[in-house]
Amino acid sequence: MNRGIYARRRAVNAIFLVLSTAAAAIGIIALVLILYALLKNGFAGLSADVFTKDTPAPGSAGGLANAILGSVLMSVVAVVVGTPIGMLAGTYLAEYGRHSWLAFIIRFVNDIMLSAPSIIIGLFIYQLIVVRMHHFSAWAGMAALAVIVIPVVVRTTENMLLLVPNTLREAAASIGAPRAISIRAVTWRAARAGIVTGVLLAIARISGETAPLLFTALNNQFWSTDPNAPMASLPIVIFQFANSAYEDWHTLAWAGALLITAAVLTLSIFARLLESRQR
Amino acid sequence: MTLGAALLVIAIFVGIMISLISGSWLALHTFGWGFLTTSVWNPVTEKFGAFAAIFGTLVTSALAMIIAVPLGIGIAIFLTELCPRPLKRPVGIAIELLAGVPSIIYGIWGLFVFAPFFQQNVEPWIIDTFGNVPYLQDVFAGPPYGIGTFTAALILSIMILPFISAVTRDVFETVPPMLKEAAYGVGCTTWEVMNRIVLPFSRPGVVGGAMLALGRALGETMAVTFVIGNAHHINESLLAPGTTISATIANEFTEALGDLYVSSLIGLGLILFGITFIVLAVAQIMLKSLERRAGGKSA
Repeated sequence: MNRGIYARRRAVNAIFLVLSTAAAAIGIIALVLILYALLKNGFAGLSADVFTKDTPAPGSAGGLANAILGSVLMSVVAVVVGTPIGMLAGTYLAEYGRHSWLAFIIRFVNDIMLSAPSIIIGLFIYQLIVVRMHHFSAWAGMAALAVIVIPVVVRTTENMLLLVPNTLREAAASIGAPRAISIRAVTWRAARAGIVTGVLLAIARISGETAPLLFTALNNQFWSTDPNAPMASLPIVIFQFANSAYEDWHTLAWAGALLITAAVLTLSIFARLLESRQR
Repeated sequence: MTLGAALLVIAIFVGIMISLISGSWLALHTFGWGFLTTSVWNPVTEKFGAFAAIFGTLVTSALAMIIAVPLGIGIAIFLTELCPRPLKRPVGIAIELLAGVPSIIYGIWGLFVFAPFFQQNVEPWIIDTFGNVPYLQDVFAGPPYGIGTFTAALILSIMILPFISAVTRDVFETVPPMLKEAAYGVGCTTWEVMNRIVLPFSRPGVVGGAMLALGRALGETMAVTFVIGNAHHINESLLAPGTTISATIANEFTEALGDLYVSSLIGLGLILFGITFIVLAVAQIMLKSLERRAGGKSA
């Protein structure tokens, strides 16, 4: 028996355990500090005005109503456009393509787009739409967000469809259902909760996106529902207000940040609940 | 129809590449390879070089990775091996939720809370401590601005930390329990199990997860733009303001006048897309190889 070796192994182990606990503590403290600052400053800035008044000029009172409207409008359109495309593509990967080289390439490209910098997508839509229309517009913002929605929905749809047991597909085929019908009536239905999860995650993702809106939807100081005109959105207003020199704008920026975080966390929690039901 | 939608995904990807190349053609044609290697960025004389932005992007991301990867792996180890069972799920879920918090939140926190604190309490201390150490005195030189390359790297590291922890924890959980139990059975300590069994088994996954995080850090716009200071020159000191590719585009694009200016900014985007494409592609390959070894668990 060599006590020296035992003692050293125990010491190394103890150091390592302390270090990883310390890492966890540092990480969690940093994240708690951020949430604390967000809650403190966010609630300080929150009032009824935030929801009822438009973004103010410096020095006057105002709220974020037009920005909230813009964010909701653009996200809704982006999701309505992006979801069917993403779902169909995900279905192709899981049901038709599976092991073909084309599916392999699409999977690869999709996963790259899933984590590609969103500012690049802004540049793409700028060139594709803004340059041709000669002005910034909410259409362009919606298009940019839709491009971000698609890969998220593709990935979750494929994953969820792959969880559906093959015996279900075989049962549908054995009673003579053509493939298209078996997908619509059996596999989609079986994976419904999972696919909805993906859509919720996609909404959570785009509701905080700032970079792709900077030079597509731009910003608008007024209440606007015209998709041909520039449109305000919460992230852009936060960006603009936080970078300004005015104290009341900073307060509104914090309130906006709190609203976005609350929305994103609520959506993610809902998505998680649905997902756990699916599995 | 499903095939059409699937092809649309490829079409968008190709469209992004074509639009970036065609948009930056003018700048690339005017400056040639010099665009990559010069750091002059002067809208008045219309001389543009991407080097300062590329340098800032690489430095902030590298620093953020140096800080966040060990911390993230530490958190993952804590979660899989050390955490008391009742805390395991809540802490794990909290970290996953934080990975989804939009980056602008980290940016606004960095600007209003972290940068002032850093400027008053930490930077003077760093400058004093390293002031007389050769070499380091240049790296940590200058007045405490609060905002700058180092601050941006710290904010980035906090932002990617939950992401790295979540991915690493998932990867650790693909290690078959029998392997770990066997190692514990022959008397290994927790450290030896992690170091000799779990890490070797899951290395491609950990590296792949870290590369995904690097991809995010490289392209991150909002967390960085607020706190980096947007200065287009390369400064030896990490405490001085700098810029990154995405921060430059975000700050200047809507105000850019003249075709050459816009084209240069799109050229920056093309470079960023190239760098992140390589990083993300490597990440994919590493993660796929782990998936295959884990017996196609998720395939």
